[in-house]
Amino acid sequence: MSTGNDRPLRLLLIIISVLFILLMLVTPLVVILVEAFRSGLEAYTKAVTDPYALKALKLTGLATVAAVVLNTAFGLAAAWAITRFSFRGKGLLTTFIDIPFAVSPIIAGLVFILTFGRLSYLHPFLAAHELKVVFATPGIILATVFVTLPFVAREIIPVLEARGTDEEQAAALMGAGFLTIFRRITFPHIRWALLYSVILCAARAMGEFGAVSVVSGHLRGKTNTLPLHVEILYNEYQFTAAFAVSSVLVAAAIFILVARNIVEFTARKESDYVR
Amino acid sequence: MYVELKDINKHFGDFQAAKNVGFSIEQGALAALLGPSGSGKTTILRMIAGLEHPDSGDIFIDGVRVNNVEPSRRFIGFVFQNYALFRYMTVFDNIAFGLSVKKERPEAIKERVRSLISLIGMEGLDNRYPAQLSGGQRQRVAFARALAPNPRLLLLDEPFAAIDAKVRRELRAWLRDMITKLGLTSIFVTHDQDEAIEVADQIIVTNQGRVEQMGSPMALYKEPASPFVAQFIGNSTIIKNFGRLKGFEGAPPEAEGAIRPEFLRIYTQNDTIQYQTSTEEAVVERLAFRGDSLEVGLRLKDLSLSASYSLEKKPISVGETVRVLIYRLYAFDGDQASLLHNHHLGAHPQGYSYII
Repeated sequence: MSTGNDRPLRLLLIIISVLFILLMLVTPLVVILVEAFRSGLEAYTKAVTDPYALKALKLTGLATVAAVVLNTAFGLAAAWAITRFSFRGKGLLTTFIDIPFAVSPIIAGLVFILTFGRLSYLHPFLAAHELKVVFATPGIILATVFVTLPFVAREIIPVLEARGTDEEQAAALMGAGFLTIFRRITFPHIRWALLYSVILCAARAMGEFGAVSVVSGHLRGKTNTLPLHVEILYNEYQFTAAFAVSSVLVAAAIFILVARNIVEFTARKESDYVR
Repeated sequence: MYVELKDINKHFGDFQAAKNVGFSIEQGALAALLGPSGSGKTTILRMIAGLEHPDSGDIFIDGVRVNNVEPSRRFIGFVFQNYALFRYMTVFDNIAFGLSVKKERPEAIKERVRSLISLIGMEGLDNRYPAQLSGGQRQRVAFARALAPNPRLLLLDEPFAAIDAKVRRELRAWLRDMITKLGLTSIFVTHDQDEAIEVADQIIVTNQGRVEQMGSPMALYKEPASPFVAQFIGNSTIIKNFGRLKGFEGAPPEAEGAIRPEFLRIYTQNDTIQYQTSTEEAVVERLAFRGDSLEVGLRLKDLSLSASYSLEKKPISVGETVRVLIYRLYAFDGDQASLLHNHHLGAHPQGYSYII
């Protein structure tokens, strides 16, 4: 790589990168932690163990788990269908998977309000069966699933595509059924990609604000997720509490980052003996 | 006949991959499907295995029509072009796979896999992953894996394509011996005529979705039935208007044919030649050492011909004018090809036997 005197360039690029990261990422994180503990450990503990905070944490956890489970099931099914079969509308399906990445989360939230809210044609039916979607937990889950829908499918499709179908055909010829093929042949190929995508999906689900904000209705202790709770606290000038609760999200994010790196490292190590 | 195809047709969209394909293979035979790429040979193999379905026609294995039989119930061993070894399984597990899905007893599986590993000469490598093996070793594992469930028919798709040239020769001989030893009916696909001639007892030549000819390697070599086969097998040069060559006078001007290196004999100017008046003058354009002989590129009138020249004879050099006797050639007539002897040689045509 080294061609003549490229040291000044190297130095410049490194300085730009480091400064940018410091300014844009590290400083805000430090601010969060500093602000969170500004009024002492006691105030921090109080803010974090506040019943409303705990309820918000629980709801965030529920929405995250639901999003991960549903999108993993959908992602695997869609990736398998797209890479292993040819059917009409395949290109359309592939494009549709990307919609949540392209559409603003606020719009996603509004779509659910219009689909399930008071103005919707479905509303009389839902009301008659006492099903609450909007301004209730199902709405939160729907919005979270929507914004995280592409993660698993997008991660798995290229892996399956690159692997081809030879191994699966060979196994099928020897009389292996679908489940055996999936468990013994396909799954080992995609397990790290799957885990990686689940981690990203979880991270995104935990932090989702826009779509959830629209369908939530901000009912404290009922439809507030952690990010929404932070916003409420902040708007009420409870800065210490807001930052304390934020730090919980930061901790979760760091945990996920570490998990991701472990997954990446293990996957790379494994690729030394299987290609 | 053990494997029989009748009137098989197969389209992929507008492309016709098989046109009225029909052939049969005896039990215990080692047959080659030989053809250029796109000739439909792999499609035919995949249809026998049940990985593709013919649009029309019948496939019989051991007297039973298998068109509607599930691939896994046809009891076929299939070696894929890139082997399709299970990358996340060891050599042992790869070979054991077919037996383990049949729910055989673990001890029986172990015994069978051990014996196959020793058959392919890979003892001690059972815990390796495919990525840790050489190309030749992978092919052996793929072979053992296909054999493990005791198939009644073995199909191999371009079994040597993914192997470098040096190892390929060894593996050809190895695979041939192995299959002969096992007496297993086998069909392999190849685009390499040398491979087909060396390995197979029976060759089916495919071209543009049709079967051009089938027969023993010797028969195909000596008696190509169509211009395509005459060109595809052996190192032939196509010749237009061969009636202008000495010994073949009288042929119509549009007559087309093919000449192989072994149909020519080169004499130096000083040689005494029995059929002096039947020889043509040619210039040596190119010489290539082929180990046991010289490959000679000749310019004869407007033709570029290739011939082989023994190292035992008087040396020749590039630019030298030599005399060439053409013993015979393949004359084409529409879809037919036939052997035509130099009529100057009269009642003493040189036998083919000394050539091969």
